[in-house]
Amino acid sequence: MADKNPFPGENNTGHIWDDNLRELANPPPRWWMVAFWASLIWWVAYGVIYPMWPALPGSQGFTKGVTGWTQMKEYNEGVAEVEAVRAQFETKLAGLSAADILKDEGLSAYTVASAKVLFGDNCAACHGRSGQGGPGFPVLVDDDWLYGGTIENIEQTITGGRKGVMTAHGNILKAEEVDELANAVVAGKPESSPLFLQKGCIACHGMDGKGMAALGSANLTDSLYRFVPQNDQSVLESVKYTIMHGVNDPTDPNTRQAVMPAFGERLSQDEIKKLAVYVHKLGGGQ
Amino acid sequence: MSDNKQLQRDTAVEALYAEAVHWHINTGDETIHAKRVGGKWRRFKWLTNALWLILFLGPYLRWGDRQAVLFDIPNRQFHLFGVTILPQDFWMLSLLLLFFAILLAVVTAIAGRVWCGFFCFQTVWTDVFTWIEEKLEGPPAQRRKLEKAPLSFEKISKKGIKHLLWLMIAFLTGVGFITWFVDARQFWIDLASFSLGTTALITLALFIAGTYVLAGYLREQTCFWLCPYARIQGVMVDNSSAVPTYDFHRGEPRGRVKKGQKSDDQTTGDCVDCNQCVAVCPTGVDIRHGQQEGCIMCALCIDACDIVMTKLDRPTGLIRYESLDTLSGKENRPLLKRPRIWIYGAVLMLSLVGIAYGLSTLEAIEIKVIHDRQPLFVIQSDGSIQNKYTVKILNKMTEDMDVTVSATGIDGLQMAGAEKPIGSRHGKVTPRTVFVRVPRENIKGGSMSLLFRAEGRDSSGQPFMSERQSVFMGPD
Repeated sequence: MADKNPFPGENNTGHIWDDNLRELANPPPRWWMVAFWASLIWWVAYGVIYPMWPALPGSQGFTKGVTGWTQMKEYNEGVAEVEAVRAQFETKLAGLSAADILKDEGLSAYTVASAKVLFGDNCAACHGRSGQGGPGFPVLVDDDWLYGGTIENIEQTITGGRKGVMTAHGNILKAEEVDELANAVVAGKPESSPLFLQKGCIACHGMDGKGMAALGSANLTDSLYRFVPQNDQSVLESVKYTIMHGVNDPTDPNTRQAVMPAFGERLSQDEIKKLAVYVHKLGGGQ
Repeated sequence: MSDNKQLQRDTAVEALYAEAVHWHINTGDETIHAKRVGGKWRRFKWLTNALWLILFLGPYLRWGDRQAVLFDIPNRQFHLFGVTILPQDFWMLSLLLLFFAILLAVVTAIAGRVWCGFFCFQTVWTDVFTWIEEKLEGPPAQRRKLEKAPLSFEKISKKGIKHLLWLMIAFLTGVGFITWFVDARQFWIDLASFSLGTTALITLALFIAGTYVLAGYLREQTCFWLCPYARIQGVMVDNSSAVPTYDFHRGEPRGRVKKGQKSDDQTTGDCVDCNQCVAVCPTGVDIRHGQQEGCIMCALCIDACDIVMTKLDRPTGLIRYESLDTLSGKENRPLLKRPRIWIYGAVLMLSLVGIAYGLSTLEAIEIKVIHDRQPLFVIQSDGSIQNKYTVKILNKMTEDMDVTVSATGIDGLQMAGAEKPIGSRHGKVTPRTVFVRVPRENIKGGSMSLLFRAEGRDSSGQPFMSERQSVFMGPD
């Protein structure tokens, strides 16, 4: 072909169309070829070292690679690394009571950090992401505790759960009696009404109306309410509703629902311990 | 200037650019062996090359019992003589980078690719590598001959020594780089006892390979095809930038000098077409084609041309630092009338002021206060309002310190959680949750300002203090 080439000396391939259109054999630059072969070698080496899909012709699935690397393996290694860091704290925590953990600054810092997930999984649905409470559910960040705010109280509450009871007084009291009592409670001085004594409120809420942690009865003298008024309800209406329908009273279908489930079965001792510390540290622990 | 002469010049210019059409760009298929000649720019280049000695020697400077400048990445500390900078102060680094970026821009706008021609490591290392090559293998012609020569003992020994020296420089370059990040003395000890870490080994290997390949083989090809700054700088140059330029008005038409020719009957321009400017060019460009991407503006062609002009008794400066504006007869805009200079200058000043401010206000301890936002505030049983804060104490000193945290700004506030001093660990951030409680009657509006203060004394009794403004949220 070379002898017929009408364009000698320009390094064409001899492929000529339409008289003068021809293909030149210009090689790519050396560095380009080096990079090209280097990437090919890289590709082969990568396929040998790491898993490769599809597998070599004739075999099924994928090749495992000489290092046996997998994403799961790497993930598990990462988890093990974190667990190793946690283990130093966890072993210490296992032998301590919640109160002891509270005393140690480093350990309680670790507990607060690691119990955040536990709180999110088990508590946040009712008590809010940061323990700020929700409609009908108690606030955990204030200093008002129905069953006491010491670390032991909190631990006990989580383990055994709580279910307070208040009788519905809708059928027992007259409307004006409910009014009078409700007004006294809103004023923060329940004992100012003679009805408070006469109708037996003191049995649960105490002579001074400050509630009893053993029964879980509410403190009626402070500025916080267990049942926060919802929607457009006034505080007075809300208090009247509680007096009339009670709490967890099976005889009244409109009663207030207030159940804290028991976590003793669901969570381990250590987890409950951690949660107690976490809740105690939210701002209201006593 | 007569019309005829002008016409002559114009055609000369046309011819000049017609030539550029056939200009061949070396894509790496041939090695450029640049001739080395003396001159003032050559001397200047050695000076700027010498600046890079800092890379090699800097790490051996000591400050007290540690390295004077050390970028301690594992411990996240950056020692700069007496100052230790933690990652929290690294905003200053961005200002420093801004400063150098703008410095590059302003220098390029004024005098072209000064960085490329005199300071860039690619230029400097290539220059040193080719200098070694010349010392061992002789001037360009001999080097080309040696390349073509059949394998002989002489060839192998010359080339062998050259590659050995190159590799040694490459090795030292790697060591120079690494020792800014690890203690230099410890590095040599580790190296001698074969106990260098993987990171150091890989870095060293990459630097040896990189230096050897880039300065030994790729050379000007790096500037042509790899380096982005080469191209970026191209757009920073404008018509008023003074760059090494061939004065084609004076030089064209070119003509070879004949023996015995007198300067009076010179019919051609001053350029004698001796091609010395091309011979000395490390990137193999012909400056007479005008500004071009391959020109790193190293000014070596100015030296070469001046030597020839001096020999021929013609005025020097046929190739000189000149802007396109002055070359085409226009008056050069004075520096201060160029908006670029003002804008770049302003940014330069701003970044410098920022760095100076940062360095002068480096606090030994630093308090940060994060107000908890969920819930924004909590009503307590006595009606008071409680806010939760995470206080973070950063201790930038070399010793642990007990820090007391207090808050002021609202009447009757009480703080819980920081009754005891916080033991802040050096070089670390120590967080602490605190609660601030304010009686209901002292709450004025939904948001009130609050000042947190951290105070502590170091072992010598010197007091340190840091303040941080925060807010106290309450019901409206």
